[in-house]
Amino acid sequence: MNHSISLTVNGARRDFVLDDPRVTLLDLLRERLHLTGTKKGCDRGQCGACTILVDGKRINSCLALAISHDGAEILTIEGVARGDQLHPVQAAFIAHDGFQCGFCTPGQIMSAIGMMQEAQAGNDPERVRECMSGNLCRCGAYAGIVDAVLEAQAGMDESNQRRSA
Amino acid sequence: MKPFDYVRPATVTEAVAAAAQPGAVYLAAGTNLLDLMKGGISRPDRLVDVTHLHGLDQIETLADGSLRIGALVSNADLAHDPEFARTHPAVAEALLSGASAQLRNAATVGGNLLQRTRCAYFYDTASRCNKREAGSGCDARDGENRGHAVLGWSESCIATHPSDFCVPLVALDAVVEIEGRSGRREIALDALHRLPGNTPERESALEPGDLIVAVRLPPAARGFAAHARYLKVRERTSYAFAVVSAAAALRIENGKIAEARLALGGVAAKPWRARAAEDVLRGVAPTADAFQEAAWRALTEAKASGDNAFKIELARRIVVRALLLAAAGAPARIPALPASPFASMSGAIHA
Repeated sequence: MNHSISLTVNGARRDFVLDDPRVTLLDLLRERLHLTGTKKGCDRGQCGACTILVDGKRINSCLALAISHDGAEILTIEGVARGDQLHPVQAAFIAHDGFQCGFCTPGQIMSAIGMMQEAQAGNDPERVRECMSGNLCRCGAYAGIVDAVLEAQAGMDESNQRRSA
Repeated sequence: MKPFDYVRPATVTEAVAAAAQPGAVYLAAGTNLLDLMKGGISRPDRLVDVTHLHGLDQIETLADGSLRIGALVSNADLAHDPEFARTHPAVAEALLSGASAQLRNAATVGGNLLQRTRCAYFYDTASRCNKREAGSGCDARDGENRGHAVLGWSESCIATHPSDFCVPLVALDAVVEIEGRSGRREIALDALHRLPGNTPERESALEPGDLIVAVRLPPAARGFAAHARYLKVRERTSYAFAVVSAAAALRIENGKIAEARLALGGVAAKPWRARAAEDVLRGVAPTADAFQEAAWRALTEAKASGDNAFKIELARRIVVRALLLAAAGAPARIPALPASPFASMSGAIHA
């Protein structure tokens, strides 16, 4: 039986016909939309490489059936920059060497963006480490990742202050 | 993954009818179920998707003061609800000590209760497992079993229930609201999970089609808000299941314990309420000596099921320390490392 679903992916509405309900959001993004920035690491919800935002919240896209998310709004790594202007979290990852091989990086960045929206960690490095623990980095770039997230958070706090001043 | 039919019922009644069929299971967030299906551990014929049902994602205070949590509320939304975190701090701390932020954003209250054991032999389809395949045997008995049960286990199964959330819930007398083929009923959370006995494949009191629609905390639960903690020992500081955990809650009046609540996690096939320990704390001063006595009572019946005798002593120490932390008072804000023995906090006394 075919199932029709529609998603908003990085701001654009996309309609799909699924001939099998087993398709995860991760596989849909990679195989149907060729948005391969979202990585398939463990495919079992352990590594965080597949992290995307669904309706503004970070989740593991490997453990989400696409069919169950009919109508959802999805943001992937491909949708965070504005043209050539990097998202502040992307820029901070470059500035702080928040990666080595880069495979976990899209998931790390999406997780960091989601974390900043959750506003639970603030500028506390211990809370940042705890709130980012769902993203593994086998190269061990954690120190740079935490620094990058803290800088992006500080930049966001500053621009919020400017806006409210 | 084995092929399955997908149905999305419009009402709870339709959901119950669809899920009562043999081979059908409910799908909520799927954070545990999809993992099990990818590994061939769960092989359902039909998924009944309840995520689009209305009215199951509310947190509400009822007229009698009970707190009713809809089964589809996410773990993160519940833990970060300011009123909930203030009135039920140990439950919020337990939630935040579990899984990762991504999983907590997706995982639901109902799904958390019904998540399956993380016993490696249950997950490995090449191993014998009485829970996965009734009567096949248990490879955990002679296997790597340092993480397995020390209470309530049987020769058939030594698996533990992995939930953090359930531990303070069972201590606080949580009630589970169930919609089934013969209508609505409710049972104590303590009666939801079954000990293995000779039938470890039967994990809960639920019947085919039964849908958990809400979890309710009685008004008395918030009476422990000032002195309630959850403490969890893990093999790494974050994003790991409990080796042993404890939820401790005290109601202290005039320097004496008016009422104590205690439950253990990671030690049995269900969240383990330690009523004998609670009894010895009633009416006494909240001292380290009293908590030592309670810890002994809590583990009186504990028995190693393999290379895990250390968990019994560890559990005693965690109980003492959780009670000391509870007596010191719930922190104004959940620590940066929730439920961690390594969390930096003032007032903590090492047992």
